[in-house]
Amino acid sequence: MGYTLAEKIWNSHVVHQQAGEPDLLYVDLHLINEVTSPQAFDGLRTAGRSVRRPELTLGMEDHNVPTTGIDRPIADPLSALQVQTLRRNCTDFGIELFHMGGIEQGIVHVVGPQLGLTQPGMTIVCGDSHTSTHGAFGALAFGIGTSEAEHVLATQTLPAQPFKTMSVTIEGDLPQGTSSKDVILALIAQIGTGGGQGYVLEYRGPAVEKMTMEARMTMCNMSIEAGARAGLIAPDQVTLDYLKGRPRAPQGQEWDTAAAYWLALATDEDAVFDAEVTLDAATITPFVTWGTNPGQGVPISGSVPSPEDFDDERDKAAAERALEYMGLKAGTPMKSVEVDTVFLGSCTNGRIEDLRIAAQVLQGRKVKAGMRMLVVPGSMKVKAQAEEEGLDEVFKAAGAEWRFAGCSMCLGMNPDQVGAGDRCASTSNRNFEGRQGQGARTHLVSPAVAAATAVRGTISTPADLN
Amino acid sequence: MQQFTTHTGTGVPLRRSNIDTDQIIPSRFLKRVSRAGFDDALFAEWRKDPDFILNTTPYQSGSILIAGSDFGIGSSREHAVWGLLDYGFRVIVSSRFADIFRGNSGKAGLLTAQVTERDVEYLWNLLEQEPATKLSVDLPNQTITTAETVINFDIDPYVKWRLTMGYDDISLTERHLEAIARHEAARPAFMPRCHV
Ligand code: SF4
Repeated sequence: MGYTLAEKIWNSHVVHQQAGEPDLLYVDLHLINEVTSPQAFDGLRTAGRSVRRPELTLGMEDHNVPTTGIDRPIADPLSALQVQTLRRNCTDFGIELFHMGGIEQGIVHVVGPQLGLTQPGMTIVCGDSHTSTHGAFGALAFGIGTSEAEHVLATQTLPAQPFKTMSVTIEGDLPQGTSSKDVILALIAQIGTGGGQGYVLEYRGPAVEKMTMEARMTMCNMSIEAGARAGLIAPDQVTLDYLKGRPRAPQGQEWDTAAAYWLALATDEDAVFDAEVTLDAATITPFVTWGTNPGQGVPISGSVPSPEDFDDERDKAAAERALEYMGLKAGTPMKSVEVDTVFLGSCTNGRIEDLRIAAQVLQGRKVKAGMRMLVVPGSMKVKAQAEEEGLDEVFKAAGAEWRFAGCSMCLGMNPDQVGAGDRCASTSNRNFEGRQGQGARTHLVSPAVAAATAVRGTISTPADLN
Repeated sequence: MQQFTTHTGTGVPLRRSNIDTDQIIPSRFLKRVSRAGFDDALFAEWRKDPDFILNTTPYQSGSILIAGSDFGIGSSREHAVWGLLDYGFRVIVSSRFADIFRGNSGKAGLLTAQVTERDVEYLWNLLEQEPATKLSVDLPNQTITTAETVINFDIDPYVKWRLTMGYDDISLTERHLEAIARHEAARPAFMPRCHV
């Protein structure tokens, strides 16, 4: 019997294996940020340990950096302290760090791929759950906690429990006007926030093969919202084309060796998955969440469900609570829900293709009076590219705010927050209570829907603008 | 890491499922750079409500939390575990835990005891009717004992071993430094490196 992609990567990274213990896995790349790493470095210092492989570690200032006035010191003293602490730790332990305002800075899950640091067959970890994004390249990538980060810093390994594998096959072609964001929201609505628990998901099938790397990243990014440990897509020609020539990708003869190795990682024909799910791409329509977890979503043409629609008692109770928090009435058509804030950005949908799609919708149109739209590129490189293409002008002319790179309103750790009771259509990945600010109400959507919603003021697709 | 064998304390029936780490510790508290003192941050939003269970007696001095399924979903923030520990919780009981949360708990010495949904329901009812009753958690035997009955819980055997011995992961891994060096020597040359 053959192996799945995930199993191949796992097996080639086991350093030590013993029955009754977790496997000890080697880590090829460890990404660190200002929020989840300070206590890990503290732990190292207390125990008198050093960083085993600083050159396999990359630091990034992304979670709480401001997206305006980045030439000035950070106003919030706590954020400033976290950024200073990361700088000191990276200097003390010899770790490469991208500072806010620098051209390589951005959300680490956007920057890793764009630099070519994220490569197939690697193990990648980060103290951030959306590390699953890197799985789009056929890397086994997952979020870890701070104690685990300390463990990786000290030993470049991680004790990990083996996982189960689930294939998620997307048959057919995606209809015009839908995106991989709609696919992943539909999948999570189908299998639930716990549906992927204990699994590594491998997305495959014709619709996935046709997706660009950026679309694949959006999907892998949100694997964690289905409860999965990681999401993966087999490396193929699309992957190679994306990586070739990137600054940190292999060059010359090493490229050929690497490419052959990467393509051989694909799941063997006779490999068996522990579970299988199939989705028909033709049935996918633009999706939106109505509740307070990413599984509470419906097609945009649908209505806010009633708690009575759910058979499971827990789902019923969760729906009741969510409707109360969201200030929504059952039966309300989603398209009539009024929104006051639109956020375009995050590691889910803050890449150049996402900005292009939104700009296309906004071209020649205006953001509705009274609406606040924030456009936050996922990285400084994305920002530069967008400006080269004139996308910033489209956003500004439409009345949106054009910002510097960072996590921003995705989690509201910097000043970019949604007001209490305000309603936001957001291209990010989490609609939890208070995620975008205390009392904030979040609807997760694709970039196209975010842009159309900004124009009409109610949840909309671009088709509704004509 | 604090060793864990047995613990007796007050149970807190938190009748909610899908409790995500943004609720356990809102992101504004993640700006701290220390590892201690997160007790005030725990469930900070919910605690503003005077009727929230942790604002009522005797639950406010609880040390065993009984929550609905999919506890700890969402962000990987270990602060969620520190907040629960700092507040005084030693055990979380649920029918299902999010993977990362459970992993983080095991590292920091917080016991995640997995029981059936029926047992969660039973404990909720019991604790609501008799708030003063005490629960006893026995890790070696994997049991939760109430005045009336004994409930078995599941836990990964390795995590159980580590918790009962109070071992920390890094020292355990340092026994394998030679194997790590061997693996490093055999890594493909094309694998990327950061600039140091
Ligand atoms: S953009 Fe949002 S989800 Fe992505 S890393 Fe930043 S905070 Fe996490």
